[in-house]
Amino acid sequence: MSDRRTISVTINGETFEREVETRLTLSDFIRHECLLTGTHVGCEHGVCGACTILLNGQTARSCLMLAVQADGQEIRTVEGIAPNDQELHPLQQAFQDNHGLQCGYCTPGMLTTLLEFLEENPDPTEREVREAISGNLCRCTGYQGIVAAALDAAKRLQAGA
Amino acid sequence: MGAKMFGARVPRLEDPRLLTGRGSYTDDFHLPGMLEAAFVRSPHSHAKINGIDTSAALAHDGVVAVYTSADLPEYLRDKTVPFQVPNPAISQPFQQRLLEGREVCFAGEPIALVVADTRYNAEDAATLVEIDYDILPGAADCKSALEDGAPMCHSTSSNNEGAKYIVGYGDVEKAFAEAHLKHREEYWIHRGGGFAIENRAVVAEYDEIDDMLTIWSATQSPFLVKQNVVDMLGWESDKVRVIAPDVGGGFGPKTVYYVEEALIPVIAKDLGRPVKWIEDRRENFLATNMERDQYWEMEIAVDADGKLLGVRGKMIHDTGAYMPWGIISPYISATTLPGPYVLPTYELETRVALTNKVAVTPVRGAGRPQAVFAMERLMDRAADKLGLDRAEIRRRNLIPTEEMPYALGLIFRDGKPMTYDSGDYPKCQAEALRIADYDGFRARQETARAEGRHIGIGVANYVEGTGLGPFEGATVRIQPSGRICIYTGGGDSGQGHWTTLAQVCADKFGVGVEDIDVQKGDTGKIASGVGTFASRIAVNAGSSVHLASNEVREKAIKVAAHMLEAAEEDMDIEDGRVFVKGSDLSVPLSDVARAVQGMPGFSLPGGVEPGLEATHYFSPSQSSYCNGTAVVEVEVDPDTGYVDILNYSMAHDSGTLINPFVVDGQVQGAVAQGVGNALLEWMIYDDNANPVSATFAEYLLPSAPETPNVDVTHVESPTPINPLGVKGAGEGGTIPAAAAIIAAIEDALSPWDVQISGAPLTPSMIVQKVHSGR
Amino acid sequence: MKPPPFTYHDPRSVDDAVALLSEKDNAKLLAGGQSLMPMLNMRFVLPDDVIDINRIEDLSYIRDDGDALVFGGMVRQRDIEFSGLVSQKIPLMKEAILNVGHRQTRTRGTYGGSMSHLDPSAELPTVSMAQDAIVSVRKKGGERDIAMADFPMGYMTPSFDLDEMVTEIRVPIWPEGHGYAFVEFARRHGDYAITSSAVLLDVADGGKITKASITVGGVGPSPLRVTAAEEGLAGETGSADLFTEIAEKCREIDAMEDVYAPAWYRQHLAAVLTRRALAKAYSRAVNGTEMNLR
Ligand code: FES
Ligand code: FES
Repeated sequence: MSDRRTISVTINGETFEREVETRLTLSDFIRHECLLTGTHVGCEHGVCGACTILLNGQTARSCLMLAVQADGQEIRTVEGIAPNDQELHPLQQAFQDNHGLQCGYCTPGMLTTLLEFLEENPDPTEREVREAISGNLCRCTGYQGIVAAALDAAKRLQAGA
Repeated sequence: MGAKMFGARVPRLEDPRLLTGRGSYTDDFHLPGMLEAAFVRSPHSHAKINGIDTSAALAHDGVVAVYTSADLPEYLRDKTVPFQVPNPAISQPFQQRLLEGREVCFAGEPIALVVADTRYNAEDAATLVEIDYDILPGAADCKSALEDGAPMCHSTSSNNEGAKYIVGYGDVEKAFAEAHLKHREEYWIHRGGGFAIENRAVVAEYDEIDDMLTIWSATQSPFLVKQNVVDMLGWESDKVRVIAPDVGGGFGPKTVYYVEEALIPVIAKDLGRPVKWIEDRRENFLATNMERDQYWEMEIAVDADGKLLGVRGKMIHDTGAYMPWGIISPYISATTLPGPYVLPTYELETRVALTNKVAVTPVRGAGRPQAVFAMERLMDRAADKLGLDRAEIRRRNLIPTEEMPYALGLIFRDGKPMTYDSGDYPKCQAEALRIADYDGFRARQETARAEGRHIGIGVANYVEGTGLGPFEGATVRIQPSGRICIYTGGGDSGQGHWTTLAQVCADKFGVGVEDIDVQKGDTGKIASGVGTFASRIAVNAGSSVHLASNEVREKAIKVAAHMLEAAEEDMDIEDGRVFVKGSDLSVPLSDVARAVQGMPGFSLPGGVEPGLEATHYFSPSQSSYCNGTAVVEVEVDPDTGYVDILNYSMAHDSGTLINPFVVDGQVQGAVAQGVGNALLEWMIYDDNANPVSATFAEYLLPSAPETPNVDVTHVESPTPINPLGVKGAGEGGTIPAAAAIIAAIEDALSPWDVQISGAPLTPSMIVQKVHSGR
Repeated sequence: MKPPPFTYHDPRSVDDAVALLSEKDNAKLLAGGQSLMPMLNMRFVLPDDVIDINRIEDLSYIRDDGDALVFGGMVRQRDIEFSGLVSQKIPLMKEAILNVGHRQTRTRGTYGGSMSHLDPSAELPTVSMAQDAIVSVRKKGGERDIAMADFPMGYMTPSFDLDEMVTEIRVPIWPEGHGYAFVEFARRHGDYAITSSAVLLDVADGGKITKASITVGGVGPSPLRVTAAEEGLAGETGSADLFTEIAEKCREIDAMEDVYAPAWYRQHLAAVLTRRALAKAYSRAVNGTEMNLR
């Protein structure tokens, strides 16, 4: 008989209460139980970073957590970045303006990672940006557009602050 | 009239959805009643199967069905994946069965399929399927696989040679007899994969009421999937619809048709419920096709001025255990070798070896990086031996611009004589050298050496046949709302077709790209299609959009002329309105579209056919040849073997640019893949061909700190082959990368006189070379 | 790649956790999960019970005990990264921690987890070895301290029993102004290093080395102190020649070999990195400027 628990997780301000198998990964919970499919899964062994979410404000790999571990915690995913349905967050806008994405598969992880990083380091160098996203693999862009977007976003965020 | 869209750096229309998590990739589909599948795959590279027991698996929680080959409908048990692109040179065209029940020939080959309520339960049950194997020796390395006494890849064969052919032209013997200088060397390029961050994925749903099967697949080629499903399963073409939704990267391996894409629909129909299979990363390492492993034994002949007289040699290509795409990759290798140079004579014998590994089919670059590596290394050697500068020897041999179009004397993969349609190779190389400040390099190198730093520079050229036929069509339709919709067959895995195809169309109607929708990758939306691979969409679909838009434009003018009672030649279109020049008489395209919808009892204005739309299937007469030059500057730490790419410059000629923004992105991404091939990516197998490096912690993709910025400059030589003048741009960045990077490393290490003849090059290999040179 | 079935426990205290450990035969402790979760997802480990210790609150402290900093077993790598105490008192650890994985993995990864996993090239065990840390482990009804020198038993095998768990790591502090350097070589930023070198130097006025600690990671089956090299430094004044000569001792270490890095290369890297680390540590100790020793 499978080991199950009822958990309650707040994602982007909305509370999801579900009964889940204790072995369910957090990434699968977010994607397949809460149907927030913006968070992607690319390796399920903690290397690609596509599954990066913000757990209580800090980035973490959701494929390396069990859903039960998030019980009572706050999560933010890519769906929770834009201020509303019409507008993009300055970081998202910078991605579009600098061709920071192609297939879009690594993008949610890049955005969550950079969101946290730019808060911590609002005026980063290119090297710092590259190291900040070193745990996020992108096979499409060669990172150039992503790095440009991050640097551009830093400027926009500072101007807006 | 609005700003011109064609050729502008337009931000992509695709982005807002993808940036806010609203994309829909195959794993994002959750259909009512959907089941999930997990495969049981061979853990051995080569083994006979004596028996399979599925009873424990069937009894596991949540399991709905377990299939082995014996459980498939009779007619499918021995069916193999349709053989794409046959060629008389192929002697042993082995193809994979849907599920293997007798002899598995690579680790990862599917043997059984478990279907359960969740993937978790399906994976549990998969571990309970008991299989009795007799392990057989595996053919691992393609060179030794062709030697006497090698283990057989397939136990029914008497040798491992899958194909053999010779390409070439001119009197090679004579050229070598008369040469001033000859050099012979063996090169090796290792296997690497596409490794899109999204793995493969298939969802299939059978609708009994309509007797209709819908397949969502993370494929580059929905029409090829459909065609293969129809051929293989014997289903009616109009009862199958294949959709490539958002696809998270392709890079070649998602072009091919895989057994999983046949099995999941069969099972969805059999069980009467939707079935989802999401490849996980481990399966991706085992069972998604790869490329590149080749050995080249080559010889070059030049005269005293460094002019090429001939190149000859032998190449061995690893095709893995099966040949779904025949000899496409090695054939492209063979025809790519002459590159941008006047090469008077050439001969290459290719032998294709079967090994107990996953099949080899094109990966970004498709056989070209290997050929360019061999040719460019030969050029470097000839220069070094003659005491010529490495860029100078190239300059002396480039095909002069005035000789375009230039017939090479070879036959391309499309079966047509290879004729370079256009290009300015001398200018391209000069531009690359200029932006790299090649002339200033030796002074930089001297300064660096005085500081104890070892920097080096490398140059590589390539020519690439792009825009492969036969066609990729497009329908352009103006809807009664005034919005324009374009339908095309190839899927999009990040190329930005919505934006670029909209750019081709927008100017014809003076509208912005945001007024245009593009529906792609859905066999239900347009009658025929091929797919997104071989750098072919901009050329084929782009031209089709151009032709169809022109036709719609003419029709709109004709109808509007009738509506406004004016002469067609006095009319023009701007801002989405058809107007009479020099007057304020106009009608919006929405009204025109509505007028040709037809009204019961009235004939259509101007006697036109209904609908403000047109469909074209542009078919190019031959490939269009894109080209480029990469110049790379590196710093090498001879103590640790670390390579830091300091500058990466690339001059790139893909003809007319529809969106330079998008093309730059393609080049940058392709370069990163080349960096991986040169320095990082190594798929390790043991002596029996069992994969060793099957995780992202072991097979290393370039990450941001190791990937250089690419300084791209465009030379635009429009091709006469299509009405837009465009050539493909998706692969050029990868093709010369390994050749240029390795040359630069060798140059940096010239104080130790090292010679490098293969890729990837790892830090320990560098240190070893430095030490043996010391 | 989904975890196999298991029974999940999330004890709220160390007592409860070790009670479960003693009761269950085939249990795994889940700390930060950055190593265990991939192994679960790949089904490389098949535990009947998973004991999640993330809900135990009193294991997340960093305490200043005067002569040592004391870390609770569940201190996150990120806590170490941003700890003022650590930067001030154990600068070697601060320098090393930035090489541990990536920001997303440091959020979860723990000190105790890293010690228990004991990868031969992991940074925290290497630093712990260099600083002569003491690891406290607890089981039902008992607690003991293990000196770092006795902590590794073999490749990825610490010397505590299956029913014990790491609760605390006590890291002695070197005198203010000591020289330190952590230098590693990895294929990519954030990867496990192929080889690393951690150096601590105490230097008297006038430049004489009074105490040295040299540890190499990724060469042997666990982080190793290079005592032969340490002894050669005592009483000497630092110089490029001395460091080059001393670092050569690393080539004598019995090195591991795998398909990714041959033994000779690990030995060679150990010598190169130790030479660099010595120069860096010494410069920091004497004048804060760095000796250029390529
Ligand atoms: S899916 Fe989590 S890191 Fe790759
Ligand atoms: S945009 Fe495709 S993986 Fe990054």
